[in-house]
Amino acid sequence: MAKIKKIIKTIRVDADKCNGCRACEVVCSGFHADPKWSSINPARSRIQVITDRMKDIWFPVFAGEYTPAECAGRNIYEIDGKEYDECHFCRASCPSRDLFKEPDSGLPLKCDMCEDDPPQEEPLCVQACLNDVLVYEEREEEVDEEVAQEEMEIGIKSLIDEYGLENLVDTVSRLLQKEEQTSS
Amino acid sequence: MRYAETGYNLEVDLSTGNIEKVETDPKLMETLLGGLGTSVKLHWDRTPPETKAFDPENLLIFSTGLLVGTPMYSCNRTLVTTVSPQTDLLCYPMAGGFWSAELKYAGYDKIVIRGKAPKLVYLWINNDQVEIRDATHLRGKGAVEVQELIREELNEPRAQISAIGVAGENRCFTASIEQSRSSASRGGAGGVMGDKNLKAIAVRGTKDIYLYDGAKFMEHIEEVRAYIRHRNENPLKGVPAILSGIGSPQEMLHIDEKWHTESFAWGNARMRRRDFWTPEIAKQWAASQNSAIKRLISCFNCSQQCGALIAFQDVPRYMMKCFSKLTYAMAAYVEDLDFTWKICERAFNYGLDSFSTPQILAFGFELRDAGILSDKYFEGCPKDKEGRFFWLLEKVAHRDGIGDILADGTYWAARRIGNGAEAFDHNTIKKHEQMNIKLGMMDPLYLLMYSTNEKMSIPQIEGNWPQMPFPTREQREEFVKDWIHLPDEKFKKYFVDWELRGEFANPHYPTPQIASEIVDWMETLHNIDDAIGLCAGMGSFCLKPPYHIHNYPKIISAATGMDLDEESLTQIVHRSRNLHRAFNNLRGLRRVDEKPPEDNWKYRFPELEAEILSTYYKYKGWNNDGIPTRERLEELNLAFVADDLEKRGILKNGQDKKDN
Ligand code: SF4
Ligand code: SF4
Ligand code: SF4
Repeated sequence: MAKIKKIIKTIRVDADKCNGCRACEVVCSGFHADPKWSSINPARSRIQVITDRMKDIWFPVFAGEYTPAECAGRNIYEIDGKEYDECHFCRASCPSRDLFKEPDSGLPLKCDMCEDDPPQEEPLCVQACLNDVLVYEEREEEVDEEVAQEEMEIGIKSLIDEYGLENLVDTVSRLLQKEEQTSS
Repeated sequence: MRYAETGYNLEVDLSTGNIEKVETDPKLMETLLGGLGTSVKLHWDRTPPETKAFDPENLLIFSTGLLVGTPMYSCNRTLVTTVSPQTDLLCYPMAGGFWSAELKYAGYDKIVIRGKAPKLVYLWINNDQVEIRDATHLRGKGAVEVQELIREELNEPRAQISAIGVAGENRCFTASIEQSRSSASRGGAGGVMGDKNLKAIAVRGTKDIYLYDGAKFMEHIEEVRAYIRHRNENPLKGVPAILSGIGSPQEMLHIDEKWHTESFAWGNARMRRRDFWTPEIAKQWAASQNSAIKRLISCFNCSQQCGALIAFQDVPRYMMKCFSKLTYAMAAYVEDLDFTWKICERAFNYGLDSFSTPQILAFGFELRDAGILSDKYFEGCPKDKEGRFFWLLEKVAHRDGIGDILADGTYWAARRIGNGAEAFDHNTIKKHEQMNIKLGMMDPLYLLMYSTNEKMSIPQIEGNWPQMPFPTREQREEFVKDWIHLPDEKFKKYFVDWELRGEFANPHYPTPQIASEIVDWMETLHNIDDAIGLCAGMGSFCLKPPYHIHNYPKIISAATGMDLDEESLTQIVHRSRNLHRAFNNLRGLRRVDEKPPEDNWKYRFPELEAEILSTYYKYKGWNNDGIPTRERLEELNLAFVADDLEKRGILKNGQDKKDN
């Protein structure tokens, strides 16, 4: 299998420093608005600050993969005397909760590390966090080409779950037709 | 399309249960921005001067600010406005926290509440779904604990909740409205909420707020962000640590309280303790504070962390910010900081203002010691300093026995008790308890701020101008070098000239004219913050803050599409200030009411003070009784206000010009 160079982007989270301000949510939603910064809505953010104030629980979680079905079991974590609820650490856009979904359409949201052209110096949530909770790091790795393919597949799968395969195929062919018309 | 604001208010009539989502007039943003500005207009339009705080017609408005919910750092204030039971004037306690942004995301700029519910209820706003729900099972619950109970009941952990405690239910005149780590405290709005039988308002919102030119807006915010970093890394020199940073006073962070504890008056604003801050006290306070504070926390979208989660021994957890750390301990003459963590939990759950209430409790004990209140009122009261404060606090919150009288605040309680009690009401202005600070030399700036501002409470109106002159000219020259915030270069000279002693010192300097200019500038900033919903700690109530008159207009313009400059922005907030003033004038506010307590300073200068006040009135375009002139009102497109003031005989013939 072909190897390609890939930049691995990491956001290190120093959750102990988080003061729960949600500035990260605010900018993430604005950056991903269309057009950029035209609207703000933390419910659309791909980072969500999980909060249980009285239990001293504050930590940001990034939207990860979409999953069509919720977990069969649930875990409870106890760390430093604090009990974390079943889904606290989970990044999935999952039917069991409304986290990481577009509020209107219910479509899954996923952190894209603020991919942009030209690229941003740092992801927007990292820039906005003035408490240095979120620290951005990059490193280069060689990976199998298939990985990139896999990402696309996940996106499409969630669309299939949402709209059904048939609808999706119809829509894609309609789009193709349009494209042909405009380019001819 | 509406930008920055949602363009909708929620109108709730608790008497009939009627709920309406009402589109607002887009012109209002251009004339009054939003927040306090547009709320004052609603009160002006709908509340006649005959309406009293506990009449069903008295509106209770919960407002967001124009830029709340946008990426503008620290823009998160809830402004509550209502006729105050204590002062009979329009009060506007504010709270930070997370509630205001949530309301905006739910699609509303304000909730306008009128009437009285037939039984205790709470309001649940989930985007477009709004319901009035039974709260009888929540009667008597703490203002802090009930927030968790409602979240559980609604099964919505992300709902934000504003709530009252027992003190609000019992219509105490100093009852607060609590929300997460913040509270709207001053003026008794919690009592009005209780009178309306409204226990809480829960909100969850997942809608968009639109920006007119978001990309431009973000450019300005990036500059602000860089400045916040700069200020956080470079605390100001030449001022006490507590004033050196940005944000609200960092009292959860700093342990050194030498400045507050030795400059402010203890008990019922009685006594300075100049030798209080000993090494032993410093040690005990450090140990106590470190054991109590679990984590520093912020309000919505703010880089600072002025609040803290308090987890002290077996005291139920709660959140605290700022000066409440000191007010109860100082009023009770308790040196052990452990007391603070314990009594504040009670006070916050009762839902009481931490500025007024401790003074009221100390006032109660003064009256007993002076023999004005007999011992029969204090049956069962513990003897120790701590125990007796807990005891009286409970009485006040429940309006039980002597607590029923004290719950009306020092001014009204003194008049009800009589028998010489009036003399002990020595720290109120316009019937409202002021900061517990008593100093030597009359200070022209503070004279004006204490006397005239509509905010009522001194720490909420001061801010950008240092509280004291710096000792040397070199220090002053250094300070003005990067003072980009000033509205005009001439202010630099005012500051450099200002000395600790001599001709260029208080009381004669700043001169009445200069004092008027400085105070007018600071008020203007407060009024901008209160319209857009910015925390004063990042704007008006802070030395060298991230926001100032030179960047507000750009930020607001980019967000809304208005084309504002410094002058037009100033004009807008002067409009709302004059409207607010006229509203209070209709309710009887006059020059005679605008005076600090007799003992506010040791050295007083009646003639000079009168001149300062007259100069300021004139500068503001008001007549010599503190009422806006027709000429001034017309400049502000407020002719309808002048008409009303004339019709009621408040502005008399021949008083229409500014130089009358
Ligand atoms: S990296 Fe970008 S997309 Fe991911 S959470 Fe942060 S702001 Fe959102
Ligand atoms: S911006 Fe930083 S401090 Fe604020 S909630 Fe996000 S991670 Fe926490
Ligand atoms: S500066 Fe402090 S009080 Fe103001 S918004 Fe930020 S955290 Fe809240």
